[in-house]
Amino acid sequence: MSSRDRILGRVRRALADVPRDDTPYEQAVPRTYLRRHGDTDAGRTVALLAARLADYRADVHRTDPAGLPELVARLLAARGADSVVVPAGLDPGWLAAAAATAVPDRPESTPRELDRIDSVVTGCAVAVAETGTLVLDGGPGQGRRRITLVPDHHVCVVRVPAQVVSSVPEALERLDPARPLTWISGPSATSDIELDRVEGVHGPRALDVVLLADGDGPPPEPAA
Amino acid sequence: MSETFLGMPSFPAFPVAARAAVQDGTLRGNLRHATHTIRAKRAKAVAELPDWAELREAGRRIKDHTLRHLDRYLVQVEEAVTAAGGTVHWAADATEANRIVAGLVRATGESEVVKVKSMATQEIGLNEALEAEGIRAYETDLAELIVQLGRDRPSHILVPAIHRNRGEIRDVFRSEMGRWGRAAPDGLTDEPADLAEAARLHLREKFLRARVGVSGANFVVAETGTLVVVESEGNGRMCLTLPETLISVVGIEKIVPTWRDLEVFLQTLPRSSTAERMNPYTSMWTGTTDAETADGPREFHLVLLDNGRTDTLADEVGRQALRCIRCSACLNVCPVYERAGGHAYGSVYPGPIGAILSPQLRGTASAVDASLPYASSLCGACYEVCPVAIDIPEVLVHLRERVAEGGRATREGSTVVLRPARGHAVERAAMRAARWALTRPAALRTGQRIAGRARRLQPRSLPGPGRAWSASRDLPAVPAEPFRDWWRRIYGAGGTAAARPGPGGDTGKDTR
Amino acid sequence: MRVALFLTCVNDTLYPDTGRAVVRLLTRLGVDVDFPMGQTCCGQAHYNTGYRHEAEPLARRFADVFRGYEAIVTPSGSCGAMVRELYPRLGERARAEGRGDTLAAALAPVVPRTYELTEFLVDVLGVTDVGACYPHRVTYHPTCHGLRALGLGDRPGRLLRAVRGLDLVELPGAEECCGFGGTFAVKNPDVSAAMGADKVRHAESTGAAVLCAADNSCLMHLGGTLTRMGSDVRPVHLAEILASTEKEPAV
Repeated sequence: MSSRDRILGRVRRALADVPRDDTPYEQAVPRTYLRRHGDTDAGRTVALLAARLADYRADVHRTDPAGLPELVARLLAARGADSVVVPAGLDPGWLAAAAATAVPDRPESTPRELDRIDSVVTGCAVAVAETGTLVLDGGPGQGRRRITLVPDHHVCVVRVPAQVVSSVPEALERLDPARPLTWISGPSATSDIELDRVEGVHGPRALDVVLLADGDGPPPEPAA
Repeated sequence: MSETFLGMPSFPAFPVAARAAVQDGTLRGNLRHATHTIRAKRAKAVAELPDWAELREAGRRIKDHTLRHLDRYLVQVEEAVTAAGGTVHWAADATEANRIVAGLVRATGESEVVKVKSMATQEIGLNEALEAEGIRAYETDLAELIVQLGRDRPSHILVPAIHRNRGEIRDVFRSEMGRWGRAAPDGLTDEPADLAEAARLHLREKFLRARVGVSGANFVVAETGTLVVVESEGNGRMCLTLPETLISVVGIEKIVPTWRDLEVFLQTLPRSSTAERMNPYTSMWTGTTDAETADGPREFHLVLLDNGRTDTLADEVGRQALRCIRCSACLNVCPVYERAGGHAYGSVYPGPIGAILSPQLRGTASAVDASLPYASSLCGACYEVCPVAIDIPEVLVHLRERVAEGGRATREGSTVVLRPARGHAVERAAMRAARWALTRPAALRTGQRIAGRARRLQPRSLPGPGRAWSASRDLPAVPAEPFRDWWRRIYGAGGTAAARPGPGGDTGKDTR
Repeated sequence: MRVALFLTCVNDTLYPDTGRAVVRLLTRLGVDVDFPMGQTCCGQAHYNTGYRHEAEPLARRFADVFRGYEAIVTPSGSCGAMVRELYPRLGERARAEGRGDTLAAALAPVVPRTYELTEFLVDVLGVTDVGACYPHRVTYHPTCHGLRALGLGDRPGRLLRAVRGLDLVELPGAEECCGFGGTFAVKNPDVSAAMGADKVRHAESTGAAVLCAADNSCLMHLGGTLTRMGSDVRPVHLAEILASTEKEPAV
């Protein structure tokens, strides 16, 4: 007997005492919890995102499309970045003013090569206000998961309010589980020493989040 | 088939191990500081969500539903992961799981792996099994690194090195890091930020050269085949994305049916665990990506682990332990854990959840497993904070019954009838005698009178087993007359103490 | 109103003063009190130690003795919780073992009619000022089964704050278990003693003269620890404080 059959057989025997229940799953679990906590006003949701990001030690900046290139250049310069990884599909205008050498995200680049690059600039798929979370799904302007991991400085641009949702349930609705997803809430941290939080371990120790007001601009491209 | 293995050799019974821990002032201080720090933070993080009770109930129901239809969901996981480019393996016990993982690593030609913190791989003793095959496993979670470098044992689910303070961690880093790779920086201080930096430097070279990663998973979504790993440091992301091959060993109880179900647990787990609104990093992946996307490992293996879980599932009271999402909130609030420490539980699963999980996964035959159900004052703080509402006191009492009275249980898929534990014969006789007396009020009254008459002879300390009480506590004074004799004297058997009109009157007092 | 006092075996044998205090208090508040002589023990110690089957006859006896009363009052959070929370479970387990509904049916009537003392005072009688006077500094330890199983909440606090002359001071770490836990106290004596010692140190830090609780089994453990540690803090059951008046003060 294969272990597959053995385990499935044990499960079925273990449940022999349980009365049969064909309730459809949608009805089996009461979802009486809230879809979001608090009101839905876009301005306040963005303000909450900014506050929650800052709470976990991300540096939050606001700008509009005209001011973005200067801001990105300044953020890179402030970290002394000589090189920056650029994911495919990133708006070239974002880095137009940056002095750092742009290095494209290529499948063949090794982790060691990535380790020599100072910063990375990306967009995101969605941002969650309540938890101060950015979610990247590898779509245009986001790149492979490792490029936002190995360099020590991450600049993440969030289009507000279009990419901002209030809550975790709202975020999951927008995401495609087939894509590789990374949820980022502040710079890397640990609670392993005396159960107290310390920021900065293996992931980027510096996280700059740019809230890009695009109220009149075109809607963000949906993740491909 | 081998015995279920939880990664550790035989251990003394809980009270014996706890005695040493209680007397260790440094350990007591470390545990007290850490658990009290996180307790207050958790309470604050939970209080932020007005719908916590509803989230908790939904979490409980999702897990119960999944367990009730686990065969169906296991097959669904297998189909979805396979369709997404992964390979699924089934392991009935620890030995089989270790053999599968070792074989997969050997097939890559590599002799080292980087590991994400995983309870399942600790439970099966994977590192030791790989070592025996000439494969070195590097733990990359900071606390796991501390434990591995210090040749120590984990003592907490979330923070395996919780029993170590910053000074002790610095000493371990200074003396041991060099033997495993990059040595600790000169002049390393005990500042947590400096310690974290030392770990970053030490591990980075291992991440960058790693070709094989090994992980567990917090959740597996049946409908999509998606695995979820929740972490803080980024070591998880390193292990999950940089290597060419990823092997995930996952207990069969980690399944949730739908993508949407994550909306419950991604709210309850971080707040219960590290007391954060959201942990710094969560990775979700579904099989492998195509050559064009080329994001992450090209090969993905999922090892579905039983190792006593189906035996636990067979117990109608005990199966709720399989709802556990390993948040460790129950450890952090437990007054027994705080004083006894994690090692006393003799398992990679310490604390209240360990006290109900280990004796079910491993059975109650060993000294430590037979003692774990009693390692609780039944105060109920664990149940109160559990984000999936596991009634730990209920299961503890149920397992006490299994130890004391014996009865039917399932071991390795077969029903067995357990005999009452040998060490409990005197207790059993005493319980029976007490029940006999207490179902006869006259016998109770006789006993009370004898005690009342002998009260002047009452010693301050008791001999024999009574010393367990009197070593630290005086005995209560026995009154001259039990209440029932007083009542009979004042009101007569079957009499009534009548309500007294107006305040102040007080005929009920014993003045006669 | 006529109620039955379920004193509990521990109070009957070791703490008759608590029983007398409950009688004084309830009769003063206009309640007729019976003490059915057939009562013994709720079976909690058996149940919680793993001897569920030995607890069953005791539960049946409890149900037989108290069946005729509309209210059963007990000055013990843990015994109250045994009846209210665990008697239904005894019935369920018997059913699961194929022994039918007879145990569940026998126990069902007494379950909703059993009240811990402070519940009875606040919820049934609707009083928080019971006319008591107790001019001492007191700190209150909420025992676990009262706190978590019965959800007594602030009822004991409201009653204590209404007592004339009483200076109620907050106990640090109040909601943490005292370490008694029934047979836990002897099966894990070192951890139990460490928990008790911490509780005593917290009580002493308040400067209170009296450590009050609504469960004498916990107070037995704490009282034994207090005297062993040479503390001047006295353990006193809540009922004795509430029974105390200017005319007839408790000692």
